[in-house]
Amino acid sequence: MAERPAYPAAHPAEVRVVSQRFGDPRAATLAGYLDTGGYQALGKALGLNGGEAMAPEAIIEEVKKSSLRGRGGAGFPTGLKWSFIPKGGDKPKYVLCNADESEPGTCKDRLILEHDPFAIIEGITIAGRAIGAQRGFIYIRGEYRYVLDIMQRALAEAYAAGYLGANIRGSGFSFDILAHTGAGAYECGEESALMESLEGKRGIPRLKPPFPAISGLYGCPTVINNVETLASVPPIILRGGDWFLNIGLPKNGGPRLFSLSGQVQNRGVYELPLGFPLRRLIEEVGGGVLGGSLKAVVPGGSSTPIFTAEEALGLNLDYDSVGKAGSFLGSGGVVVINDRTCMVRFALRVMQFYRHESCGWCVPCREGTNWLQLALTRFHRGDGRPEDVDLFTDVAQNILGRTLCPLGDAAAMPILSIVRKFRSEFEDHLHGRPCPFAAESSAVPVA
Amino acid sequence: MSVFSPATRDRFERLAASYPQPRSALVPMLLYAQDELGYLPPEAIAEIAALLGETELAVREVIGYYSMLRTAPAGRYHVQVCTNISCMLRGGEEVLAHCQRRLGIHNRQTTPDGMFSIEEVECMGACAWAPALQVNYDFHQELDPAKVDEILEKYRRQG
Ligand SMILES: Cc1cc2nc3c(=O)[nH]c(=O)nc-3n(C[C@H](O)[C@H](O)[C@H](O)COP(=O)(O)O)c2cc1C
Ligand code: FES
Repeated sequence: MAERPAYPAAHPAEVRVVSQRFGDPRAATLAGYLDTGGYQALGKALGLNGGEAMAPEAIIEEVKKSSLRGRGGAGFPTGLKWSFIPKGGDKPKYVLCNADESEPGTCKDRLILEHDPFAIIEGITIAGRAIGAQRGFIYIRGEYRYVLDIMQRALAEAYAAGYLGANIRGSGFSFDILAHTGAGAYECGEESALMESLEGKRGIPRLKPPFPAISGLYGCPTVINNVETLASVPPIILRGGDWFLNIGLPKNGGPRLFSLSGQVQNRGVYELPLGFPLRRLIEEVGGGVLGGSLKAVVPGGSSTPIFTAEEALGLNLDYDSVGKAGSFLGSGGVVVINDRTCMVRFALRVMQFYRHESCGWCVPCREGTNWLQLALTRFHRGDGRPEDVDLFTDVAQNILGRTLCPLGDAAAMPILSIVRKFRSEFEDHLHGRPCPFAAESSAVPVA
Repeated sequence: MSVFSPATRDRFERLAASYPQPRSALVPMLLYAQDELGYLPPEAIAEIAALLGETELAVREVIGYYSMLRTAPAGRYHVQVCTNISCMLRGGEEVLAHCQRRLGIHNRQTTPDGMFSIEEVECMGACAWAPALQVNYDFHQELDPAKVDEILEKYRRQG
């Protein structure tokens, strides 16, 4: 009875690299994956097709050249991250694939996992080869059970055909991958909390340094990457780092998946070159704002500072441009908000999420998110005091930078930006006035 | 005597052996145990603790952390409605209210016949197809009240 999202044909503006097999039923089986160019990159890396094997350093070099940056949130250069893993040593090394996807507004890893599971397996295997690891884990959020099933079937097929396990296809390289389920916790998407969770504990973040490259899973050197990051690796190895880089912009290589949601006509997941104008994403690809005119845009998942319509329409979607404009490209979750939406209510819903997901370890995050949710609830109801508006900013400022992991920042940044950019909407809720947006529900029902 | 079926008990033993450290299997085991039993009763917790050589307290601490794990039964069909931002902007809160009205229960309650329970949940990765809900592990998307009625009715008829 379950429903799966449908995949329309590519929009002309799209450049399909990690989404190249979306909607192609052949990608569900290993035979079909091989028919559609699958495992050619691993073949090249391990010298399986007659050519010479690439040295691990050469693999890392190619990824560096591509300017691939992490698609999970922080946008760290992937090749550089891999190069931090110490050479040699007697501890085992691990590759972790972060499939916890739970940043509100983000629904793209699910599609890669569902439509191209072998590409992820191939990417993890190449990463393992590059850093000298022999084991990888795919940490899948607990709600994605059908995805876990798909991944386990794909892994079994890869093992049966010798693409995983001892001495892969006679190359002398051995590598194992296990798919692992979480059980509901946004915080477990944070890399160190994910490792704790994978060790069978509560997902409490670790103090850094040491960074995972030195002390990660079980205290061993570990590379952790997002699903989309790892799925980008096979095309980079196969077609070259320069090819990937040239699709995007300098230091912002390749296309990436954008999850377009909210009050916009054609919602969906689109693979667009980095640097793509946000205006075109909303108007051309997205078909325009639904139910009103544009008020605000969240550029990269709920934790990234919000843009006003005016700011958004002049913005290009690459890491550096969005960074310069004071926010983050994050997970690529673009949320469109129309002018009938109450920004106080929006801020409250975002805060409710972070209050729920705060693991409680750091006092500023635990207490700050709780207080902010309570105060915003009271405020939105019409029981606000004029001084509350500055107090929201004050409390958020006292979370910012004062927690072990970035969840505290993720909670503070949206409210700070919403108060700063939509202050008059807060003031309109004062003096017992009802929410000015209450009369018309801002939510656009599905037609 | 195990509280789990022989197949599940078997699966747990294989699972514990498939990680560099057996405790890594804890969270998946708890979720699979809950899939079979509907929740995590004390006997299941004790058995999993023994299987991994951990204390029951350690296992309970872990259960308390993860939002999907529960120590009391829910409905046979656990209706999880997302009201996070992308869903809220497309009527997620109205979908939640509609489910509550239709089933006559509030958030985190179960119908007297044990058939349905409701939980308001956070983003489930269906943002572009909002508003969305999950019934147990099944996704339903692009909802409106009429579609919600249809879905609930299908589960009710399924029994
Ligand atoms: C609270 C929190 C939640 C996160 N959730 C995710 C997630 O669901 N998926 C993900 O890939 N990265 C997530 N991250 C980022 C990871 O910590 C990490 O940076 C990422 O997995 C690295 O992979 P990348 O370099 O390929 O992006 C989260 C970070 C924080 C602070
Ligand atoms: S916000 Fe509801 S599924 Fe993402």
